[in-house]
Amino acid sequence: MVSHADAVADHGHHEIAIPYNVTPRPDTGVYNAKLGVWLFLASEVMLFGALFSSLILLRTGAPSWPRGWELLNVWAATLNTFVLISSSVTVVLAWSYLRLGDLKMGRIYIGLTLLCAAIFMVVKGFEYTHEFREGNFPSKGNFFALYFTLTGLHGLHVLGGMIVFFYFLTVGSKMWKTEPQRYTNRIEVVGLYWHFVDLVWIFLFPTLYLL
Amino acid sequence: MTENVVHEHDSHNDPEHIRREIRVYKIIFASLLVLTVLTVGVIKVGDVPIHYAIMIALAIAITKGTLVAGFFMHLLSEKKLIYAVLALTVVFFAFLIWLPLHDVYTKMGK
Repeated sequence: MVSHADAVADHGHHEIAIPYNVTPRPDTGVYNAKLGVWLFLASEVMLFGALFSSLILLRTGAPSWPRGWELLNVWAATLNTFVLISSSVTVVLAWSYLRLGDLKMGRIYIGLTLLCAAIFMVVKGFEYTHEFREGNFPSKGNFFALYFTLTGLHGLHVLGGMIVFFYFLTVGSKMWKTEPQRYTNRIEVVGLYWHFVDLVWIFLFPTLYLL
Repeated sequence: MTENVVHEHDSHNDPEHIRREIRVYKIIFASLLVLTVLTVGVIKVGDVPIHYAIMIALAIAITKGTLVAGFFMHLLSEKKLIYAVLALTVVFFAFLIWLPLHDVYTKMGK
């Protein structure tokens, strides 16, 4: 059944609402944005998959390959792993509290997620600065080329998430007053994206820093 | 405000169920932290040989990934269409990873 929020709005001007962004679409069983984000994440898997595939090819084809901890700061990366895992739980808690109708707690946890993302980027910034000072640029060799490509692309994803969280924490949260379920769904969708960003880091961390 | 919220599944959205979920999320969070410490502890501090290190690191990463996907991304109880999308993704991802590994094994055979 299409809710009022999903129905086509016609108030004298030709405004067409996006259907099924609150209630599940009967044939898919999910609201449209949720299916949309999963399709987007599928394409993201292929993007990072291609880079992981390149890493395997270059590493196994190289006569020697450094162990990450000899060149990189493992403790900074471990701290970042804790920070990103924490942000994953804060975003899912934000969604849970919104489902309970508690906007205040929801916003606190969205804010904490944003804070964790910012800490991650600052730590990454220190790492990059240190590497550049040591003369470790992407042009130095395959290891650093892969390190900067993979962590750089991942960092861009973190930055993208930060922009979206900032929006939902500030002006985007106005939607709660009129369409609380739609706002809650939006946090679920951005949360799915954020968990994917966390998942990628879970595999990047041992691959680049420990092996 | 809560009464206005339209729920997808009433049984999954009653406050008690959500509070139980919150408790589960906190347990998963603690498990992920422990597994991270384990990864660093075993591989770096223990200085495990590279062949074992790869197996241990991958096993822990897959476990952590499964926990995130299963609980935080709710893949333990998702709709069939989402599973279908992911199944197709897994096939293509596996092919991408198989390509370089196949190349390695071919070279080893020569």
